[in-house]
This record gives sequence, C-alpha cells and structure tokens, in this order.
Amino acid sequence: MADQPFPIAGSLDVTPPRVREQMTVGEWLHAWVVTVDHKRLGILYIVYAIFFLLVAGAEALAVRIQLARPDNHFLTADVYDRMFTMHGTTMVFLVGMPILFGFGNYLVPIMIGARDMAFPRLNAFSFWLTAFGGLLLYYSFIGGYGLYGMGNAPDVMWLAYAPLTEKAFSPGHTMDYWALSLILSGFGTLGTAINIIATALSMRCRGMTLFRMPLFVWLMLVTSALTLITITPLTAAQIMLVIDRYLGGHFFDTQAGGSAMIWLHFFWIFGHPEVYVLVLPAFGMANEIIPVFSRKAIFGYPAMAAASIGIAFVSTGVWAHHMFTVGMTSVGNTFFVLSTMVVGIPTGIKIFNWLATLWGGKIQFRPPMLFCLAFLFQFLIAGLTGIMLSVAPWNWQLHNSYFVIAHFHYVLVGAIVFCIFAGIYYWYPKAIGRMLDETLAKWHFWLFLIGFHVTFDTMHFAGFLGMPRSIYTYEADRGWGTLNMIVSIGGFIQAIAVLIFAYNLIHSYFRGRIAGNDPWDAWTLEWSTPSPPPVYNFATDPVVHSRRPLWDLKHPEDPDWKYE
Amino acid sequence: MKGRRRFNAFVAQRIFLCDSVQHQRGRPRALFITPHKSETHNLQQHHRYFDAKQMSSIMRKHDSPSTRPFLWAAFLLVKPALSRAWAQTKHTPPSIFAPASTPAHEIFGLSMFVLAITGGIFVVVGGLLTFAIIRYRSRKDDDASEPPQIYGSVQVELAWTVVPVLIVVVLFLTTARIIFAVQDAPEPKDALDVTVVGHQFWWEFRYPKLGIVTANELHVPVKQATFLHLLSADVMHSFWVPELAGKTDLIPNHPNDMWIAPQRTGLFLGQCAQFCGPEHAKMLLRVYVDTPEEFQAWVKDQQQPAVDDAAVAAGRHLFETQACTNCHAVNGTAAIGTFGPDLTHLATRDTIAAGAVKNTPQDLHEWIKDPAHFKEGVLMPAMQLSDPQIDQLVAYLDTLK
Repeated sequence: MADQPFPIAGSLDVTPPRVREQMTVGEWLHAWVVTVDHKRLGILYIVYAIFFLLVAGAEALAVRIQLARPDNHFLTADVYDRMFTMHGTTMVFLVGMPILFGFGNYLVPIMIGARDMAFPRLNAFSFWLTAFGGLLLYYSFIGGYGLYGMGNAPDVMWLAYAPLTEKAFSPGHTMDYWALSLILSGFGTLGTAINIIATALSMRCRGMTLFRMPLFVWLMLVTSALTLITITPLTAAQIMLVIDRYLGGHFFDTQAGGSAMIWLHFFWIFGHPEVYVLVLPAFGMANEIIPVFSRKAIFGYPAMAAASIGIAFVSTGVWAHHMFTVGMTSVGNTFFVLSTMVVGIPTGIKIFNWLATLWGGKIQFRPPMLFCLAFLFQFLIAGLTGIMLSVAPWNWQLHNSYFVIAHFHYVLVGAIVFCIFAGIYYWYPKAIGRMLDETLAKWHFWLFLIGFHVTFDTMHFAGFLGMPRSIYTYEADRGWGTLNMIVSIGGFIQAIAVLIFAYNLIHSYFRGRIAGNDPWDAWTLEWSTPSPPPVYNFATDPVVHSRRPLWDLKHPEDPDWKYE
Repeated sequence: MKGRRRFNAFVAQRIFLCDSVQHQRGRPRALFITPHKSETHNLQQHHRYFDAKQMSSIMRKHDSPSTRPFLWAAFLLVKPALSRAWAQTKHTPPSIFAPASTPAHEIFGLSMFVLAITGGIFVVVGGLLTFAIIRYRSRKDDDASEPPQIYGSVQVELAWTVVPVLIVVVLFLTTARIIFAVQDAPEPKDALDVTVVGHQFWWEFRYPKLGIVTANELHVPVKQATFLHLLSADVMHSFWVPELAGKTDLIPNHPNDMWIAPQRTGLFLGQCAQFCGPEHAKMLLRVYVDTPEEFQAWVKDQQQPAVDDAAVAAGRHLFETQACTNCHAVNGTAAIGTFGPDLTHLATRDTIAAGAVKNTPQDLHEWIKDPAHFKEGVLMPAMQLSDPQIDQLVAYLDTLK
C-alpha cells in the first residue's frame, strides 16, 4: 500500500526526464544557481548549513582541545577567541537559521498543497543574500586587517557586547565584516520569513483551513512572524555599530558618553526570541515525526498550535533574563523572572502532548523517531535548567558560567540539532528518492547521543564549580581539569558521529534503497507525491478534508474528518 | 538607623533560616547573632560571632533530609579538586555549593529548593516518558492494525496546564522574596566601602574611607558587610567569587553595587565572568577574608606611604625614570600613573598579573622582561631593560611592603 500513488496528488511528473540526462555540468550548475523552485532552494539552504555545521564543528573541536588541560598552549588567546566567536556566530546565523528555513522552504508549500512559495524570486534572492552573508563573515579570515594583516576574524564572542566592539578596543575590520554580514543575512532571513507567512496564509489548497494545516506549517508561520519582530532590532543595533565605527557615532562609545546598555537591550530583544525562532521549527518536525512513528494522531492539535503562539508571544518579553547581572532594579528583575517562568507553561503543555501522543501508540524505533525520543528527554532537561536560570538570584551565580553553556547547548544541540537530524532522516527519502542507510543511522544516533551527554552533562558541573565561559585557559588549582578533559572527549565522540552522518548522506545518495512515495506510511500531503517530487509538486490541486489527508485515503472506513 | 535595622534584620533572618532551633527569629538586632538566645547584642558593643565550627554545626542542623543529598553531591564535586590546591596559600577551589558569605548563602538555599522542585519534575515526567516508550513500543507479534486514534482531551489538557501554573507561582514568589532581600538590603553604617574598577585584565580596589588603593587582591574583614561599588575603566567585566556572592557586572558609564558579608575567614578565588578581551581568562580575583585584627593590621600597613630603602636607590631611580611611571603609581614617589595597578605595597601581595603569576623575585623578573610570556594579551609592554637593570628594579619592588 505504501508505494501506491494516491489520487489526491494527481501525481503527473511534468518534468520530461530526458532533460536531466542531457545536461552538461555547466548547465546543471546553472540550473541550481538560477532556480526559483522552493524544493531546490530548500536543499541549497540545507547543504549550505551542513557545510557550515562541519566548519563550526571543527572550530568547536579546536576550542575543546585547547580547554582539555589546564594551562594548555594548543591555541593562543587570540586564535581561541576567534574560534569560539566564529563557532557561535556560525552555528546561529549560518547553520541554525538557514537549515530551519531550508526545511520551511522545502516543506511548507508541499505540505499545504501549493506548487511553490508565494514569491519564488524573493525566495531565491533571500537565499543568495544569506549565502553571501556567510561568505562575507568568513572572508574576515582573509581581509580582517585589510591587506597588511592577513588572517583575522571577529574575536568578541557572538554576543559582541559593547564597547568591546568599538574601534578603540577592536581595531581592524573584523567587526565590520561581522556587522555587515549579519545585516546582509538578516535581510535574507526577513525575505524568507515574509515569504513563508504569505505562503501559509494565502497558498493553501482547497479544504486546507488554518486549523487543518500540518503543525510544522503552523510552527513555521509562528517562527516567521517572530523573525520579523526579532531580526529588526538586531539589524538596527548592527547599523548603530557601523555608524559608530565609520561615521564617528557614539551609540556604544562609552568613553564619549555612549551606553553599553543599549547594545545589551537591542541584542537580547533579538537574542532571546531568536532561541525560539530556532526551536519552534524543530518542535514542528517533532510534531510531524512523533505521531507517524507512534501511529497516532498528534494529541491536542489546537493546544499545540496555541502553545506555539503563546511561546512566541511571551518570548518577546523575556529578553532581560540574560541581563540579571547588569544591575537592573529589583522590580525589573522580578518582572523578567515571572515572564521567563511563564514560558515554561506552554512549553510544559507541549511536552505533555507529545507524551500523550506516545501513550497508547505502537512506537516504531526508526532513525527519525530515535532522534525525536532523545529530543524529548533532552528538551525536558533543557527546560528545567532554564527554570533554574530564570531564578534571578541563582542566575547571579550561574550566569556566564559553563552551566549556561551546558544549558543552551542542551537546547541548541539536544533539542534543535537532534530534531534536525530526525527531520533529515525523515524527509531525505522524499527529497532524494532514496532511503538513508539505517545501520549507519543507528551508529550515528548512539554515538551522537553518548557524545552529547558526555560533553554537555559534564559542563553543568564545571559551571557549579565556578568556571566562567569564554576563557581560553584556566589555572590547574581551580579543579576543572578532569571535567574539561571529559567534555573534550565527548566532543570528539560527537564529531565521529557527525562524520558518519555526512558519509551516510553521500553514500545513500548513490547507493540507498529506493524510497517510493511514502516509505513511512505517513499522513501529510508531501507523501502523496513521487520522491523526489516534480517541479510543480501537484499536477492538479489537491483537496483535503482533514488534518491527515492520507489517513482519510488509507482508512476510508474511519476518516479523520468525522472527528474534527 | 532605620535602614541599618532593616539590613540587619535581613541578614540575621537569613542566618536564622539556617537554624531550625533558633528562637530569636522575630527580633534579630545585630548584623551577626550567635545562636545563644540568652545573649543580646548591640552593634555599638562587642560582637559575638559564629566561628566556622559553630556555623558548620548550624548548617548541619539546617540541612534537612531533603537537602542532604544535594550537599553531599556538592561536597563530592569539590573534594577531588581540594588536593590540587596551591601549596603555599590555603584556599579551596571555587564552588557555588560551598557558600561562605551571606548573599551566597541565600542563593544556595534558594537553589536547593529550586533543584528539588525541578528534580521532582524531571523524575515524574522522565519516568512517564520512559514508561510510555517501553510500554507502547511496537512488538514483533503485532498485527498490522493501527492503534486507536485519540485526538485530545480538554479535561486532561486543562489539568496539565494548571499544575505548571501552580509550580510557577510558588517558584516566582520564593524567588521574588530573595531578590528583594538581597538587592534592596540597605547599607549598614559600619559597612566597609570598596570601589572596584575593572580594567582590561586587572582589578583596581579603592577603599575611599580608608585611603587605600590596591589591585587584584581584595582584603575584607570577616563578619562585617562590605559594599562594593562597581565601575569599569574600559569594557564590561563581571565580579564573581562564587563562595561569597553572585556576580555583578562592571559596566562603563553604568555604576553598579553589590555586597558581601563573609562568615568565615579564608582566601576565596574568583575571576572576571564577562568576556573583556584577549586576557579575560587571566583576569583572576583573590578575596582574603581576614579576622578583624588581621584586617586592621593590613589597613594600617597599606595606609603607609611606600617604604624608602636607601639600599635599593638604584632600582627606585630606574623605576622613576623609566616608562614605569606612565602607568603605575607608588605612593610617596614621582610615580602617579593610573593605567596599571598601584604598586605602593606590591610586596605584600601573593600574586602579580591579576593573580596569574606568583609574586616571587624570579617571576617578577620574568614578568618585567616579557609580560606576554605569562599573559600574551597583556597591555603592559616588555620594558626593554637589561637583566642587571631588571634585577635592580625587582630588588626595589621587593622592598615595597
């Protein structure tokens, strides 16, 4: 049954197959560069992000070698600062955002039964803006000091607190590359966000009401709306920084009466919702994958959609919980304690709904589901350490310590990266037409899981023992040596797992088992198209009657629309 | 006076919170009160303080069965590191679970409470998840049918919305209480005032009422509140000594305040906790909590102008005629620079280079010759002096007791 095309798709492949065979390499490349197809752009985003994932991962390994022993001299202080700054900046702006918008690009139109995004050309423009933003950032390794001092890069943490970024403390051009590349990729992100909002709101097929959209589309819609709110202050702050550096402005120039606090507020009004911009699409993937491999409908669909909106709404009012130590008033601190803790409520609802979806199902431990199950545990822990950090007095101790590093890596890796891996294992067969090798996938999963916990569980304890973040070395008498050695070993285990994953991606592209239309026996519209889908997705516009159109087709005796 | 009483009440109450057998909870009067209810105290009179033994016995009484595992966990975390301490100076490696001062104590108590609640949530939810995954796994002998489809339940969802709301209310109220108690505690009149100025990669400590300026090694008396006024000369820094208090940032153009009230003597280590440039890692902090007598002696010594020893006149001449004076001050000489640490009593310090290097003649020699050898991003340049010149200089600096 799984390989039968469904009548809903009208799955006529309108691309003549001969065209692809006759292409020269030049034509093939040209076709990828000028493409406005949302699926190709989605793949471009994801490949681009995986490339930078490997780069930023290598930077993290350099950092970990340096910290493995006290008083180590593997990297100099300068190089270390560049490495961890570029690691953070790359992972957030060149890996996290592009890969999630890549999934959004690929999946949103096809999940709502549309043929493409609302603005295909804007889509291509946004991708290339983001792509060149990344290149500009990495060009700072070559052009950081202009022609006379080759080989520099931003070295001020990815938070780039003023006034360290001012000309007086950061001479040369590295900060300029940093600011300009983030402005550039920020515009790209805005374009994609507008596109996804327009697509989800106006391109849905017949019968696809807002409350029949797959939850992944809901989450992308909420994320995109949040992006419009958050990227704006970041871009504003970068422009202020550029004005300071080039036009003699004094926004952050504290020597001339400027304010370091302005940067903090602008950055965190961006920075905290940014966490949700990254995590909500990951939730969206879990919302698609967990039901399919539990063989049950998602529990509490309206609550899941509402909780997502709730998280996005509250997350715009919690930014100063990153600033409990900057000397706000007690009333200010108390407000941000409350608003931060309130985020825990919709987040808790989500975890309970996932739990209820598992409850009473028939759970299949396929690779996407393994990553999603690990995600549930790790996100639970990340949420609880988040509650600990929201307790302002305890935050005075934990802030800027390795506990915070452990916490946000639990969110960014334990939750988001695990969901991204789950998503790649789940949708790779659709996009490529071949299954990823399952044995390699299990090696990847278990090694990555072990490496992740060895690394980031241990980091919490280094934080308890007073180890601050962003130090390039530490004294032997502080008692952090053993912990850091364990953390570094875990980092290498993760690196091996990621290399297995990268090998699997390439290996399965050529050798993988043919997937067929619907390898997971799933329920959303993308599985009704051939794998890979034709350029126009659906030759005839589909019509849906419920949240799970393919369930209705597979179970005509017990369709969903009777219950919704 | 009213302000002081509020502060005292707060501090005392914090201590009484630790002591379940304490009867004076309602009427604390002094900054530090002994657990003996028969004795009354007055700030203007003789203070009776806890010693470490009494404190630890009170801590023992206080740690209820529910918090004991956490204390043990904290102890086990700290223990392996103890053996690697510097031989010549007695200190323990930093830990937020070994509080030695009043704000750190409050934070410790609160953190145990929060840890208990979050730990409980983890056990319950994690247990349910594990159970669901094992119980509802697909089995080999399974027929291919789909399980019953359940779309949701308003009652159940309402229930698991209300429970987190209640937990948030409890956590929020507990947290708010400690925030106000720590942040809004007024300064008692007998508190020691210290102005802390963060510089790129070192700390300047000024005692305005005592006329002392020193660097990197902060001395404070035990059982007395010290209020720190935090400033920055360049970029953002953060003052963090985990055993004494949470951290507070030093921000240019944005003065901050924090306070500590240590309950036991000792050397406590900390360091800058906000990335401030290349040598952020070696912007270390040492806080010496002295007995009142030791502290008085230290103050008296620091208030003296620099020792003028004719035997090292050559070194002094070098110091005063080289670029040293551009950045460093030595009270009573021509050196009045403020860009680097005040060296008037350099020889009384255990370390140089913001705690990164031991203060021995050999290391001082190496340091003057090539500061970047110890601290590659340091702002002090190599002084381009010959070895004999540096020896004279070190001999002079060694007399600055």
